[in-house]
Amino acid sequence: MVSPTPLQAFSGVQKAPTKTSKQTLVDGEKMTGAQALIRTLEDLGVQDVFGIPGGAILPVYHQIHDDTKFRFVLMRHEQGAGHAAEGYAVATGRVGVCIVTSGPGATNMVTPIADANMDSVPLVVISGQVGVDSIGTDAFQEADTVGITYPVVKHSYLVTDAQDIPRVLAEAHYIARSGRPGPVVVDVSKTAQVGEMYYSWPQKMILPGYNPTTKPHGHVLREAVKLVEQSYRPVLYVGGGAMRSNASAQVKELADLTDAPIVTTLPARGIVPDSDPKMLGMLGMHGTLAATAATQKCDLLVAIGARFDDRVTGKMEAFAPAARVIHIDIDPAEIGKRRQPDVPIVGDVTEVLNALNAEIKRGQAIHGKPNLEPWWKLINAWRQKYPMEYDEKTPDGTLSPQWVVEELSRQAALSTIWVSGVGQHQMWASQLVDFENPHSWISSGGLGTMGFGLPAAIGARVGSSRDFGGKKPVWLIDGDGSFQMTSEELAAAFIDNAPVKIAILNNSVYGMVRQWQTLFYDKHYSQTSIRDGENTEDIINVPDFVKLAEAYSCVGIRATTQDEAKAAIKRANEINDRPVLIDFRVYKDAMVWPMVAAGQSNDTVTYKPGVQPLLHHDTTDSSANGSQDDTASTPVASDTAATGKSEE
Amino acid sequence: MAIYPASTPHSERHTLSVLVENRPGVLARIAGLFARRAFNINSLSVSPTERPDISRVTVTADVEQVPLEQIIKQLNKLLHVLKIVDLDNTDAVERELVLIKVAADETNRSDVLEIVRLFRVRVVDVHPESLTIEATGAEGKIDALLGLLKNYGVIELVRSGAVAVTRGPHALSEKVVGSEIRGR
Repeated sequence: MVSPTPLQAFSGVQKAPTKTSKQTLVDGEKMTGAQALIRTLEDLGVQDVFGIPGGAILPVYHQIHDDTKFRFVLMRHEQGAGHAAEGYAVATGRVGVCIVTSGPGATNMVTPIADANMDSVPLVVISGQVGVDSIGTDAFQEADTVGITYPVVKHSYLVTDAQDIPRVLAEAHYIARSGRPGPVVVDVSKTAQVGEMYYSWPQKMILPGYNPTTKPHGHVLREAVKLVEQSYRPVLYVGGGAMRSNASAQVKELADLTDAPIVTTLPARGIVPDSDPKMLGMLGMHGTLAATAATQKCDLLVAIGARFDDRVTGKMEAFAPAARVIHIDIDPAEIGKRRQPDVPIVGDVTEVLNALNAEIKRGQAIHGKPNLEPWWKLINAWRQKYPMEYDEKTPDGTLSPQWVVEELSRQAALSTIWVSGVGQHQMWASQLVDFENPHSWISSGGLGTMGFGLPAAIGARVGSSRDFGGKKPVWLIDGDGSFQMTSEELAAAFIDNAPVKIAILNNSVYGMVRQWQTLFYDKHYSQTSIRDGENTEDIINVPDFVKLAEAYSCVGIRATTQDEAKAAIKRANEINDRPVLIDFRVYKDAMVWPMVAAGQSNDTVTYKPGVQPLLHHDTTDSSANGSQDDTASTPVASDTAATGKSEE
Repeated sequence: MAIYPASTPHSERHTLSVLVENRPGVLARIAGLFARRAFNINSLSVSPTERPDISRVTVTADVEQVPLEQIIKQLNKLLHVLKIVDLDNTDAVERELVLIKVAADETNRSDVLEIVRLFRVRVVDVHPESLTIEATGAEGKIDALLGLLKNYGVIELVRSGAVAVTRGPHALSEKVVGSEIRGR
């Protein structure tokens, strides 16, 4: 390099450029950025894409033809496209892909992106952006998509050069699915879409700052084994990370090796079949009493791909107070975020558990296993005395929503994929559906997005026909409030051939909010009555869900009695050529029990109104001391019979 | 576990050195992480380094240990972040540049110049009613200088924010492998 002349040094005159800033790449096939985008998706093996076209993404849509190698599912709202891609990703384990336009198209995607971020769902969102010359000028339909989304994405890109498209998409796809999965936004300016470039495949990724740890360290495994060997009341607390990592066999093996009970979070329902005797169900705010109680009383908590969410822990300081904690997570930032673990293990759940199980076997060959019989006696007493129960008879003669969920589960095929919206129905579905397969439960956990259900079910159905020949039916359990947030997607469900089965638990109110108003806001039912299941003088069924379904060429059925409900479910199971919607009229004051009030200790769990078993140390608890084991279990059985099934 | 806000009046001072890819938007992502946790940044300086594709961010902040660990982990999750170190004061050289405009006229100019000489700093502009002083040093030295000059009347003051490097022959960027990062 020539050193600057004195004049240049003083005047700040630009030095002569040392090299040309643009490399001229002439390897590969010449095409436009938009063509390259479609070709990259094909080369990445993407088989299904969801989205809606618009002005700023038109060059890309122009390149989607009949012979394009992926199926395009046209949704009716960008939010629907995002949730559909999420449902698809969870059901198939692949990356969900969306293509939407700039401005409002991209801002409509923010909710699904945030949802996917909270639940670690692999998602690639491609959005259009105005031309490079217009960026920053408040051009028509311009929004700073990267700026808006970066607090809720795993990563985001702005592409201004056509030549970058294949590499950026390859990176985005890899980032979305590797490590802790998550949403990646690729904002493609119109300049890049219409610009010319030379396409080559495969692409070399440039990710110097991205090195997810998947393999565990040996010494933490040995420490973990030591804790397991010294624990007499262990609990495996399994979260969505185990599901994302396909670790159901490993979790089952760990449970069998250690005899430890399994409790799950909402996204991990089904990781081990509910019929497994070691499965206690969901824990936390609306978890089973046995699961919550076991966690509170355990001496070793093995957190597997779980992040100690406040809906799980209640008041953090009082969560599992006597427990030592082994925390397994692929994301180092989750370790010690809410609770300091005694043994932190960073790595992919499947790899960690494979290594840990091997290590445990080796240890047990030398030291044997601790005797967990007293622990199981205690757990079984909780299970026996406090099962999931509800009142089948309702005061106003409407259906019991819990009964409807159980009936759906009874009649459903074992391979059914269950999807839910957000609210009371979601909790009942999680509590009362019998999950027998992993990846068969799709629900919005972290963000709690109402309206998630229908589009996610459509995505799951598309995934089912892609991967399982459509042999896995998809049942959506939704609430009347949640459903109405995205009900326009019935059109996509019918026209794009996704014959989902929809059960609306119609209680005519925003049920979960109403439950909180009942319990914590003096029964002041401010703005929670949506009156869509009402027949009064001035309002009759707005909307009428049966007619709404029919308006979209779907089958609509109403059920107000148990016999009608049974027949409706039977009929819905037989229809496979179009979506079916059943409007179940259910009791509006049914409540979700057990419950831990927000911010309270899990010890305050209310099994049903007035019954707080962990707080009042009833007889069951004394068996923990080991002295009264036999006497404790006898009154338990008779007690259950006496209390019977009553809700309030 | 979680402590919010992360910065309280009695929190200990920490210096974070963050190596990032040199590209638009990186600083916004980093600053966003700090802002979300109510992390009061004391000073922040960013500039390119010995490698043109890498920039170095130096943040000093009064912050509790637990939120600091969390924010380091969260920063590490950003793809543009290449390396983070919490620099130990005893093992790092830390400097800050300050420009101070002091109200000094003929009656007290020589007193101010005496202070300037004692601190081995420089006068960069002289006016019948003012002196502008350029000072470089660790935080303690700058604070002491400001404490003395305060008595004469500080008209204007600007601080660059701290920059810091570890002692010894090693560079932070040594462990950052890979080809030069291109624009995206």
